[in-house]
Amino acid sequence: MDWFYSFPNMNDDTLRNLKKTLDEGFKAFTRQYGDVIESFFEPLQYFLIQAERFMTATPWPIMILLIGGIAWIASRNWKIVAGTVITLLLIGYFDMWSDAMKTIAMIFVGTVVSIVVGIPIGIVMARSDSFQRLVNPILDVMQTMPSFVYLIPVVMLLGIGKVPGLIAVVIYAIPPMIRLTNLGIRLVDKDVLEAADAFGSSSWQRLKNVQIPLALPTIMAGINQTIMMALAMVVIASMIGVQGLGQPVLRSVNGQFFSLGLFNGLAIVGIAIIFDRVSQAYGKRLQKHQEVVHG
Amino acid sequence: MADRNVQGAGIKIKNLYKIFGQRPDAYVEAVKKGMSKTELNEKHGHVLGLRDINIDMPAGCIQVVMGLSGSGKSTLIRHINRLIDPTAGEVIIDNADVCKMNQNDLRQFRRHKTAMVFQKFALLPHRTVLDNTVYGLEIQGLSREKQEEQARRWIARVGLKGFEDHYPNQLSGGMQQRVGLARALTNDAPILLMDEAFSALDPLIRMDMQSVLLDLQKEIKKTVVFITHDLDEALRLGDRIAILRDGEVVQQGTGQDIVLKPADEYISSFVKEVNRGRVIMVDTIATHSGAPAATGGVTVKSGTILEEAAKTMTDANQQYATVVDDSGKPTGVISMNSLIQAMVTPISHLTSRAAAE
Repeated sequence: MDWFYSFPNMNDDTLRNLKKTLDEGFKAFTRQYGDVIESFFEPLQYFLIQAERFMTATPWPIMILLIGGIAWIASRNWKIVAGTVITLLLIGYFDMWSDAMKTIAMIFVGTVVSIVVGIPIGIVMARSDSFQRLVNPILDVMQTMPSFVYLIPVVMLLGIGKVPGLIAVVIYAIPPMIRLTNLGIRLVDKDVLEAADAFGSSSWQRLKNVQIPLALPTIMAGINQTIMMALAMVVIASMIGVQGLGQPVLRSVNGQFFSLGLFNGLAIVGIAIIFDRVSQAYGKRLQKHQEVVHG
Repeated sequence: MADRNVQGAGIKIKNLYKIFGQRPDAYVEAVKKGMSKTELNEKHGHVLGLRDINIDMPAGCIQVVMGLSGSGKSTLIRHINRLIDPTAGEVIIDNADVCKMNQNDLRQFRRHKTAMVFQKFALLPHRTVLDNTVYGLEIQGLSREKQEEQARRWIARVGLKGFEDHYPNQLSGGMQQRVGLARALTNDAPILLMDEAFSALDPLIRMDMQSVLLDLQKEIKKTVVFITHDLDEALRLGDRIAILRDGEVVQQGTGQDIVLKPADEYISSFVKEVNRGRVIMVDTIATHSGAPAATGGVTVKSGTILEEAAKTMTDANQQYATVVDDSGKPTGVISMNSLIQAMVTPISHLTSRAAAE
């Protein structure tokens, strides 16, 4: 009855060998293709470095004007703009300006990559049930796998630095983008689609004129979620060398610096709220035609 | 628009069958040999949508297809521009079989030959009235200038001038359907498909829209296929009416044919509620004997409906009237008595049933 109380597990040697084989296989893969993969991500690195340089090198008053201006264009709401400016001023006053700019650069690039990659995948998913069946479990894994676990192969392949950090951020942040694009397109009113067909739309015209515009509120919700998840990933990504607000948080965990952690944490919260309010207000403004209803 | 002649193209539907289900082709032969809808559904799990539809829709006429929900009328209209693929049969328009077109030809056909108006309007909510109306032309790739020129004209024509920049949900149902109509007309296609286009509107607005359509039709003379579940609407609009039941045509003909000679009890039960005075024409009851002298000079034109004739005669305080054709030549005489009789007499089917009970 031994097997009843202790699980009849794989024998230790076999297990050790299995892990060893896997590790060595992956290491060999890394040695062989590491450089190729690294060069593949070079444009991304360039983009990231440029964005960061721009954010940190631009004098702070111009940066505040710029971000405030973007907030205004997107939301047309003075309260949101005022909140944005005050938050940025506070971040600067508490000496977190350059870290905050690095974080914003990271979020910006991560979100752009997620959108550029995620929306087309979402569109294909909406058009093909078999592709959806294939992608859904992958997204499930991406969302539930503890992020530390996929940091390991990323670091092994690309080392420590910005790009692996970015990849980790994108892996974590892209699923809602893909899922909500897919959902939004699938939920488009069948009657309107039929009308588009009846007038002889090609499938590109259908997509451009009907599916994307009608799915836009859902897609905007996806973008909003992606930004929030990217921000949540900033602290974890700091473990593999991503600079920004995550670094001091990490340091304060190690050294038990309560106030340092608190300030940087609050700065992340502040940035999250700015991004959230501005992107939501923009999404709502795109849907203004839905608000004015015939009495 | 200078062309006042018939613009439409005739539509010939021949031996059209539609079976819904996993393997429709496997059952089409059995259905052709007479398998019933119930048997097909219960034994084989397939639904018979349409059975052996043959309708010849002449160019430039309003063809109404009437039936209750589930009769297959919406399925039928979707075969004309092949939003639904048939299981067997042909839909011939301009000597081409729509059912045999490839994707590209079909797209061109839909762009240039047909335009459709939908029960639930199906407007693009994110586009203004103007941008909705240009949709068909935009798809065809016309210049924006031309698109707008056409669209603005039709928007004005359906009575929405000044609403060009409104969004659909700022408009009432009736106005939204006017946009739907303007969108279809802007396409300037010879065939206009209207799928229960006015069914979602309240009665007064519906009457109003019917008048708009009849008015327009005098000018555009397109081949209009109009789907409805409302016999009054069918009789008011239809040059010809086909009545569908359980996916089969049970009767087709003019409105008067259907009211005077209902093919079966199903149709007579519809017809008994109809205001006959508005459907039957004086020619039906005119007698060639009688005393023209007694008409007192009152004439009614051939093709006048009974109600109007009755009004003319009561206004003139006469018991008789002469029916004349377009050139003014007398073709017969009607009496007030026969007129009232025709307006109230129940149709033969009912009489026979009443007698049996």
